[in-house]
Amino acid sequence: MVFEYAPAPESRAVVDIRASYGLFVNGEFTDGHGEPFKSINPADESVLADIACADEGDVDRAVKAARAAFDKVWGPMPGRERAKYLYRIARIIQERSRELAVLESIDNGKPIRESRDVDVPLVAAWFFYYAGWADKLPYAGFGPDPKPVGVAGQVIPWNFPLLMLAWKIAPALACGNTVVLKPAETTPLTALLFADICRQAELPPGVVNIITGAGETGRMLVAHEGIDKVAFTGSTEVGRQIARTLAGTDKKLTLELGGKAANIVYEDAALDQAVEGVVNGIFFNQGHVCCAGSRLLVQESVADEVLERLKARMATLRVGDPLDKNTDVGAINSAAQLAKIKELSEAGEQEGAERWSPPCELPSQGFWFAPTVFTGVAQSHRIAREEIFGPVLSVLTFRTPDEAVTKANNTPYGLSAGIWTEKGSQILWTAQKLRAGVVWANTFNKFDPASPFGGYKESGFGREGGRHGLEAYLNA
Amino acid sequence: MPDRLAVRKTYKLFIGGAFPRSESGRSYVVTDAKGRFVANASQASRKDARDAVAAARKAFPGWSGRTAYNRGQILYRVAEMLEGRRDQFVDELRRTGASKTAAGAEVDAAVDRWVWYAGWADKLSAVAGAANPVSGPFFNFSTPEPTGVVAVVAPDSPLLGLVSVVAPAIVSGNTVVAVASEPAPLPSITLAEVLATSDLPGGVVNVLTGRRAEVAPWLATHMDVNAIDLAGVPDDQVQDLEEKAAGNLKRVLRPLGDDWAGEPGTARMTAFLETKTVWHPVGV
Repeated sequence: MVFEYAPAPESRAVVDIRASYGLFVNGEFTDGHGEPFKSINPADESVLADIACADEGDVDRAVKAARAAFDKVWGPMPGRERAKYLYRIARIIQERSRELAVLESIDNGKPIRESRDVDVPLVAAWFFYYAGWADKLPYAGFGPDPKPVGVAGQVIPWNFPLLMLAWKIAPALACGNTVVLKPAETTPLTALLFADICRQAELPPGVVNIITGAGETGRMLVAHEGIDKVAFTGSTEVGRQIARTLAGTDKKLTLELGGKAANIVYEDAALDQAVEGVVNGIFFNQGHVCCAGSRLLVQESVADEVLERLKARMATLRVGDPLDKNTDVGAINSAAQLAKIKELSEAGEQEGAERWSPPCELPSQGFWFAPTVFTGVAQSHRIAREEIFGPVLSVLTFRTPDEAVTKANNTPYGLSAGIWTEKGSQILWTAQKLRAGVVWANTFNKFDPASPFGGYKESGFGREGGRHGLEAYLNA
Repeated sequence: MPDRLAVRKTYKLFIGGAFPRSESGRSYVVTDAKGRFVANASQASRKDARDAVAAARKAFPGWSGRTAYNRGQILYRVAEMLEGRRDQFVDELRRTGASKTAAGAEVDAAVDRWVWYAGWADKLSAVAGAANPVSGPFFNFSTPEPTGVVAVVAPDSPLLGLVSVVAPAIVSGNTVVAVASEPAPLPSITLAEVLATSDLPGGVVNVLTGRRAEVAPWLATHMDVNAIDLAGVPDDQVQDLEEKAAGNLKRVLRPLGDDWAGEPGTARMTAFLETKTVWHPVGV
């Protein structure tokens, strides 16, 4: 007997989306002078709002507002007072958590279960954590009297819109910097709602400025001579461009870029737990995760069994309405991203890997991609080398721990990795050998404001989270 | 005429623990402060730079896999060997124009610098690492790890400056390809002789002499170099090398205007560290 799920949609009544949004500069919503664009709901392609686009003059205005706020208000303010503003923001985020979660799911396409239980609680935690640092910076190990850097230009991606905003703004403000932040053009709405939260918190005007636009606006922001520090999360290719733009300047730079994480399953792993971790590793947030466990490395002796259990588990994943509380996998964020996932998946088939997806009915409107696994993948295949940024898992096998580590490290990326084994010494040995900034052992995709996050090699440089996350925003 | 003609040293490169000449067969004249001939130094080529990177990469797993205690012992051994050759370094530095007092002080400072960094080997993790109190049932710890192969464009301070940029890179387990001071390369090769007799594994430090402007760009673009220290790069070449380094997102340490005689601090060590954070559930 099969029990069907009844629809369990979260109410949209809690959010109030305006018809159009301006740029949040110096504490006010103001007009943009570029060509406005639309933010759409990726689950049904309906238009959500018109969004202003910042041109060069708008960027300049925002940077100047941030500079004035830094010089006159935020920079000179005692740390204990800055702390209280950040605590206020954390509290308001908690108070408005359902509204933020629903809006995030509508604009991004991620399941409400994730925006409600992962994204938004972490956003509040991030502000609460860094609030506490604001008046303790001389004890952070960056010298007796560390100073803020100045004005930070921050460009964030669409996969965790509000969480990436928190990762950028909370440490910057705690250290006494002011910011100009550009959210991704497909997911600006929660950042614009955050602007309202700043107003409710009575944050001084100009401390946080939010400008919307596409890549061109981001380029103008990072190149602006009034910026002292650039923080970027996004693709490795754009990260390279930014590093070139900043060459020869005094600007500080941190980059959190792509990944192609290996999730290593040894033969003695608790297999059901491992399969849960593998599923979480690649299908969490539709695989739109830079640290996604997109390469499953499974020991040959248990490969068949793991694959059988994995496919059985994948068949139970519920794909559909992001606002349904039973949904596991939501909508792909944009048509462009869907096209990229399709293109790479087709390349996987053409290069000889075997493709499988569970029977899965996808909605007719919106951007959707069924959870997919490729077996028989070689290290040379594009699906083993390139970041797909979608719900697509490539499976490779190994015989010895040395081989597992060699294959895991055989990538220009180095953001994250996973290890599944019941043997403690093997966990520590493997963790030591992996060239990755975050290693999850017998777990995956865990995040915390107290825990540093960031990559080796072409996954970028600098760390976000923890004491380490302060360094990018301080001059020792 | 002297009764006995001195046996001069041939100054070569230092790659993978060996002292080869440049594969290009080129050398350049090194003069003393008064313009008199001192020696022909090897003029390293692109191929030499690539050989040095290959040697450094090969040495990385072994060196980074040593215990911190062992690396500290080896760096201390370098200080011992350097102390034993004090007179030789004083002579070489005096030929670059330093007074006897200044040359002696520089060698002493270089010895002391190795001792300072030797002691850091097993303390860096305590200062730069952490056990993180995450909000959940997980054990979570962060440890600093070496970033990999570090290219170092050494400053013109021919001994103390070189030691001050090489030691902080290797103490944590990185391996180094260093481009020595162009006008005063000879102490770098004598230092290489010290390193070669200090139980430092071959390839951990590789030294190239020659034209900075020729060699540095090959290191900045090399895809198997993880980081580059621009300490000795003239201001007008920094931007170009930084742009080249962006190709594989090298960690770049811009010239900091260091006073090599001053307190070193930790910045040169932490510039070439990666923080690795490991999570594991807690439970029964």
